[in-house]
Amino acid sequence: MSTDSMPSDELVSLYRTMCVIRTYEDRLAEIYTEGKTPLFSIAAGPVPGEMHLAAGQEPVAAGVIVHLRSDDVITAPHRPHHFAIAKGVDLKRMTAEIFGKKTGLSQGKGGHMHLFDPQTHFSCSGIVGAGFPPAVGAAFAFKRQGEDRVAVAFAGEGAANQGTFHESLNLAASWHVPVVFVIEDNHYAISVPKERSTAVAKNSDRASAYGIPGVYVSGNDVLAIAEAAEKAIARARQGHGPSLLEIETTRLYGHFQGDAEAYLAAGEKDEWRHLDPVPRFRDYLLHSGRMTPDKDQMLQAEARALVDEAIAFARESPDPDPADAFTDVFANA
Amino acid sequence: MSTTTIRKLTMARAISEAIAQEMERDPRVLVWGEDVGAYGGIFGATQGLLPKFGEDRVIDTPISESAFIGAAIGASAEGLRPVVELMFVDFFGVAMDQIYNHLAKNHFMSGGSVRHPVVLMTAIGGGYNDAAQHSQSLYGLFAHVPGLKIVVPSNAYDAKGLMIRSIREDDPVMYFFHKGLLGLGWMPSDDWAEVDVPEEPYEIPLGQAHVAGDGKDAAVITIGAMVPKVMAARDRVAQEGISVEVVDLRTLVPLDRRAVVAAAQKTHRVLVVDEDYRSFGMTGEVAATLAEEALDYLEAPIRRLAVPDVPIPYSRVLENTVIPSVDAIADEIRALVK
Ligand SMILES: Cc1ncc(C[n+]2csc(CCOP(=O)(O)OP(=O)(O)O)c2C)c(N)n1
Ligand SMILES: [Mg+2]
Repeated sequence: MSTDSMPSDELVSLYRTMCVIRTYEDRLAEIYTEGKTPLFSIAAGPVPGEMHLAAGQEPVAAGVIVHLRSDDVITAPHRPHHFAIAKGVDLKRMTAEIFGKKTGLSQGKGGHMHLFDPQTHFSCSGIVGAGFPPAVGAAFAFKRQGEDRVAVAFAGEGAANQGTFHESLNLAASWHVPVVFVIEDNHYAISVPKERSTAVAKNSDRASAYGIPGVYVSGNDVLAIAEAAEKAIARARQGHGPSLLEIETTRLYGHFQGDAEAYLAAGEKDEWRHLDPVPRFRDYLLHSGRMTPDKDQMLQAEARALVDEAIAFARESPDPDPADAFTDVFANA
Repeated sequence: MSTTTIRKLTMARAISEAIAQEMERDPRVLVWGEDVGAYGGIFGATQGLLPKFGEDRVIDTPISESAFIGAAIGASAEGLRPVVELMFVDFFGVAMDQIYNHLAKNHFMSGGSVRHPVVLMTAIGGGYNDAAQHSQSLYGLFAHVPGLKIVVPSNAYDAKGLMIRSIREDDPVMYFFHKGLLGLGWMPSDDWAEVDVPEEPYEIPLGQAHVAGDGKDAAVITIGAMVPKVMAARDRVAQEGISVEVVDLRTLVPLDRRAVVAAAQKTHRVLVVDEDYRSFGMTGEVAATLAEEALDYLEAPIRRLAVPDVPIPYSRVLENTVIPSVDAIADEIRALVK
């Protein structure tokens, strides 16, 4: 762990966010298998469709979003839960959406890759690279309206090969708007390793092509991430323009649930598990005396209660009415 | 005497076998796309190709669709015959200009001097709660643009013959396989599509519809994954004494208008069923063809059943409401013959 500059309560708050995310993703992983055993069928059970979980990637969400306000904007990719949780999206309504229920964020119309929460200014998309341009647009709106808000676009390292990434960096730089681009480098885009798809070792180096700062943060270290993000976000908020962060992280589940990951080398996954950021940060906090074992127990119990409550709410909520399928295509119907 | 080996194949295996056989026959045929190599294609359409043909001919691409789909334009003009996969049809938006302004039009704009023998293949369809950005059919969107041939197989036999023909075409072909027809263990699948497939290569010409079921009281014109659903509805109404002809269009461009007209001539009542959006698409085009060329044969207004112009919703009850079901098709047939 890289820095001791943060007060203990802020450190513990980062840890708390990571615990909630991990608890949530692990529980969803379990629930996702309901109705899908012994034979896996993507369409079965209370949570059907694709499921992309972010266990292992908690430090990115916690470390960046800790510096955001609730009126700041986030655009997230197909793997969105950790960002949504860190941003403060209502866990009950988000979970109900993932269960396709009427009480969900979008009354069951969106699903896990299409979570929209105008209250916390959060959205995501299942199309790789789709979040960069809207973040630039949100930042443009802040600038135009004289607001000190910031937009952050999160995406995977695979998305940095999408045209929208490069176009958005250029547009953001030439408009000089308060946006931060954050690339989660979990080494893989489904089965394709970064080094086989990307002409440079670090996407952060690509920032220089657009004349903006680019920083690579290695080690999946929440404190190093928080430190780098603080600078980038402050810079944007103070009107000094966009920047790019690339953050090394690890994908502890498969690309989606049900991915056999036959493309991984033997032992590759064990290495990532060994570096699991949640126990690593816990050990750091305990050993440095920043958190007591009691506090840890309490936080974990709280995380479980929060997640249990959200899941119970989702399970007990009613399905949408079939007729709901025909509403909401237009605002002015 | 030559012997023919015939096996039952899933549609996914029929597609990958077709591509493999064409790659063996013609070194100019290459495959590229996301996760087509070690993964074998998310839906198995390129299964087994990497071990057989190696990384020089089966190439995993970056997530740079505009570039790797556009690259097929230049590569095909200069001697290659690429088969390019992009996982879901829903993702094509990011590469659209390369497709509809270039791949589709270059042959025409060049006065016929430039050719693009390219197959773009992709997965379509819903039915497993993957929501609005992973469940569309959208072939109508591409069929609308002059210059793209549009193939939508409904079973493994057609899938192989149509893929081989598509690779041999000197025109760009978009080849759409429905996720629910591929025979994937993890996806709700229609066993109907898993049929006998000869091992040796064969072609099915583009633009020839297939009469999947004979009947006299009404005809249902359809395509892709709706074919087995219509066949199931046909069985159901047969018990009520309604005899239904089923026409599987197999390709939208070229469209077998003669088969469309023939169905009206024979049964005088026509229902068009599609998993694509209802307005400005396949069902409208078939209805227009009937209005133009077969109006005199019709004894009842043409009926259409398709996704009712809403995005595909996530929630199971909502998705089931918008994607035509066997029940809904059977109801439409009953209404048509009343
Ligand atoms: C435009 C587009 N192309 C392809 C896909 C299919 N796809 C979904 S996720 C993914 C890999 C994304 O990798 P990365 O950006 O590194 O994010 P990660 O999944 O590793 O979090 C791909 C290819 C898509 N959803 N959208
Ligand atoms: Mg990745």
